[in-house]
Amino acid sequence: MAQTKTTDTTGTDLKTAPPAKPGGGGGLGPLLARALRGNIRQYGMLVALALIVAVFQIWTDGILLQPLNITNLIQQNSYILILAIGMMIVIIAGHIDLSVGSLAAFVGAAAAVMMVQHDVPWPLALAAALLIGAAAGAWQGFWIAYVGIPSFIVTLAGMLLFRGGTQIVLQGQSVAPFPKGFQEISSGFLPEVGPHTDYHNLTLLLGLSVLALAVLQEVRGRRQAARYGLEVLPLGFFLAKLGAIAAAVLVFTLLLASYHGFPIVLLILGVLLVAFGYLMRNSILGRHTYAIGGNEAAAKLSGVKGKRIVFLAFVNMGVLAALAGMVFAARLNAGTPQAGINFELEAIAAAFIGGASASGGVGTVLGAIIGGLVLGVLNNGMSLVGIGTDYQQVIKGLVLLAAVGFDVYNKRKAGS
Amino acid sequence: MAGPVLEMRSISKSFPGVQALSEVNLSVAHGEVHAVCGENGAGKSTLMKVLSGVHPHGSYEGEILFQGAPCAFKDIRASEQRGIVIIHQELALVPYLSIAENIFLGNEHASRGIISWNKTLTHATSLLRRVGLDESPHTRVADIGVGKQQLVEIAKALAKDVKLLILDEPTSALNGEDSRKLLDLTLELKAQGISCILISHKLDEIAQVADSVTILRDGRTIETIAVDADGISEDRIIRGMVGRDLEHRYPERTSEAGDVVFAVEGWTVQHPIDHQRKVVDGVSLHVRRGEIVGIAGLMGAGRTELAMSVFGRSYGRHTGGRVLLNGTEVRTRTVPEAIGHGLAYVTEDRGRLGLNLTEGISRNISLSALGKVSRRGWVSEHEENRVAESFRTSMRIKAPSVFAQTGKLSGGNQQKVVLSKWIFSEPDVLILDEPTRGIDIGAKAEIYTVIAELAAQGKAVLIISSELPELLGMCDRIYTMAEGRLTGEVDRADATQESLMRLMTVSAATQNEQV
Repeated sequence: MAQTKTTDTTGTDLKTAPPAKPGGGGGLGPLLARALRGNIRQYGMLVALALIVAVFQIWTDGILLQPLNITNLIQQNSYILILAIGMMIVIIAGHIDLSVGSLAAFVGAAAAVMMVQHDVPWPLALAAALLIGAAAGAWQGFWIAYVGIPSFIVTLAGMLLFRGGTQIVLQGQSVAPFPKGFQEISSGFLPEVGPHTDYHNLTLLLGLSVLALAVLQEVRGRRQAARYGLEVLPLGFFLAKLGAIAAAVLVFTLLLASYHGFPIVLLILGVLLVAFGYLMRNSILGRHTYAIGGNEAAAKLSGVKGKRIVFLAFVNMGVLAALAGMVFAARLNAGTPQAGINFELEAIAAAFIGGASASGGVGTVLGAIIGGLVLGVLNNGMSLVGIGTDYQQVIKGLVLLAAVGFDVYNKRKAGS
Repeated sequence: MAGPVLEMRSISKSFPGVQALSEVNLSVAHGEVHAVCGENGAGKSTLMKVLSGVHPHGSYEGEILFQGAPCAFKDIRASEQRGIVIIHQELALVPYLSIAENIFLGNEHASRGIISWNKTLTHATSLLRRVGLDESPHTRVADIGVGKQQLVEIAKALAKDVKLLILDEPTSALNGEDSRKLLDLTLELKAQGISCILISHKLDEIAQVADSVTILRDGRTIETIAVDADGISEDRIIRGMVGRDLEHRYPERTSEAGDVVFAVEGWTVQHPIDHQRKVVDGVSLHVRRGEIVGIAGLMGAGRTELAMSVFGRSYGRHTGGRVLLNGTEVRTRTVPEAIGHGLAYVTEDRGRLGLNLTEGISRNISLSALGKVSRRGWVSEHEENRVAESFRTSMRIKAPSVFAQTGKLSGGNQQKVVLSKWIFSEPDVLILDEPTRGIDIGAKAEIYTVIAELAAQGKAVLIISSELPELLGMCDRIYTMAEGRLTGEVDRADATQESLMRLMTVSAATQNEQV
């Protein structure tokens, strides 16, 4: 009955978030708590990531954050992080993709055969690989978006299909080696330029520009928030936050610059992170993706073309899976039938640890990266201290469960 | 007939902010068919939920006596054990199980957890004979029509040894013949000593089978009328059903209606699954510039279905009719097309169809017209927030900021967000479906003011509402619908609650006679 729906009154709105004066006597605790509540999972994961890094840094006697290991960490996890970006978008749209590991292997195999057996120049092979990825994504997207088969089923079929395809293409053999240029995708570094210093110049330059951009962005955001009369952190805390960001970027830059410099794959990741982050937040396409995942019926009644959005999310996932396959093949310097096994599970775990919601409509690209790094650092750290892969799996499973469980608990508390 | 089989005394039930029932009395005699009437929201369903234990004992005030003994049902099972079975409008059958399996679902013929199929089938066959359904008990429920499914529901009730059968709008989804069969069955069951409560909007049905009628209005019992040999006075029922107080103040407005902006001609829509059923049947209507036009109708009249199918074919299967804007036919086959032609539809179900509850106010308002805050596909958040902020102020949306999650707002404020979204898309024609459902009086008055302003700006406004005073207070003209058809068109000056209700309760059979 209509009347029964009125379960709350206008008065309760304000109770959940009373207007507080910035920096006023209302107490900093509640203000910070409110600031955190909106993104508790992401902030929580950032804090958790920092804690995990700190623990392993101590446990490994400082090996974890040595320049060599940092570079390793990036190169080892790059393909999972690339997949996690695409997976996050698919999950935001309210779907799932189980086929990305197989697809990465399939594309890697196809590129290997092209380069090694048919002497196709590597840039051409790379472009062809990305196109194959797009086509595979379009194939799955078609069944999911336009025919209406659940994504779980379509991509489960894809997982088998592309795994079988990989074995057919490679005829059960590993195909190697690749041209030098191709290997650089995964293991190369930016070139050294300018006068000789103790550090890698281009890396320093890049680090400083990232720092400048980050600070600029923060200041602009704060100014805009203030203009709308929104709560902002008190100036002292804001400066502390800026300081923390600056310190993190600088330390990271110096670490990289004191080794071989800036890995090319990190550049790829950085570009993807910024581009997809901006796309999801500030493009009509991105907004429509959140709307479809958050409430499909309402979004469609608002004129959002839901089928097209879902289709494009899978095409994009296909391209990123292909890219991840290239990076992995380049790192291995071979196309193998065993490539990419369990990648999809790592990517899905990264997205959920990083704040995705199982029902869709929630999550950020940065979150996927943080989630992926939590898993990556755990992997790397546990290997360094000699924990076997058996226990590693147990621990990672518990972390995934704890992260999502924490979020569910928090939502329930906020909802009541 | 002996004394009452059921007595509900002084039943009161409130939900936070709403008094759904106050001091309702209902007395059903042994072996009678007792009709319960009332407008949408009068409290009929709540009363039945109290009776069947959906709202458990302790969550309401008052007492229930069944066969002379007091009842304190804690759930549906408890009431069913005593022989009270409710059959909802939305049937509760499992489509891919057989008729026999459905009849005994939760009530299986079994020993130690193992089902005896012989007993099940024999019993099912005899029950099917009793309700006059000529189908094999092995048939899947999905393979029979709604009318027969209704009979399966009754067979299921009989299997539970029903003493009091509650039918909630049983014929709303049935065609004329199936309806007649069902009503005949209630008379047969009555002869077997089974009492029946019939909730219905159709006065001719009530006249046909009911022995007495209880009328509810705004959660109160208005009166109980015994149907005597002369039949029943429909006027008297209608008078009892309507007459809600004009509790709200409506904005003063002088109507300056211009040319016809929006028109629908011969619009016909089939049910999305049951293609035999016409949910909307040959409806033609029009709205002028600056005019507010109402559509009145009871549950199942097809008003929402009409609006949604016009708005981008969002409901059912369209089989005929056209939409005209300023005299020219336009295509509104998809929602983007409809929006492009200047249509806007504000849903009756804002939680499910109107808002993305996980997002903030700002992103909800901009969603249907993101292009207006974007350049080349890129959204300017600055501009978006500015727009949202201006709506938050002008619509008086009570929220700490434009980033407040819409799921945490009250009904009235959510409705203002949905309205803002559609006003921002700058439509020429606004279809508002139950625009003030479930919101408090203060917010209602504010929304009425907004609607009046929109009309004053020259927009064509179509309001679908179940609250007759609202339609009488706001509209220049009112259409009435019943069972998918247009049954009348009344100017505000000539309309009364009684005259509208009379048109809203015309059944298809009567309509045919009039033609």
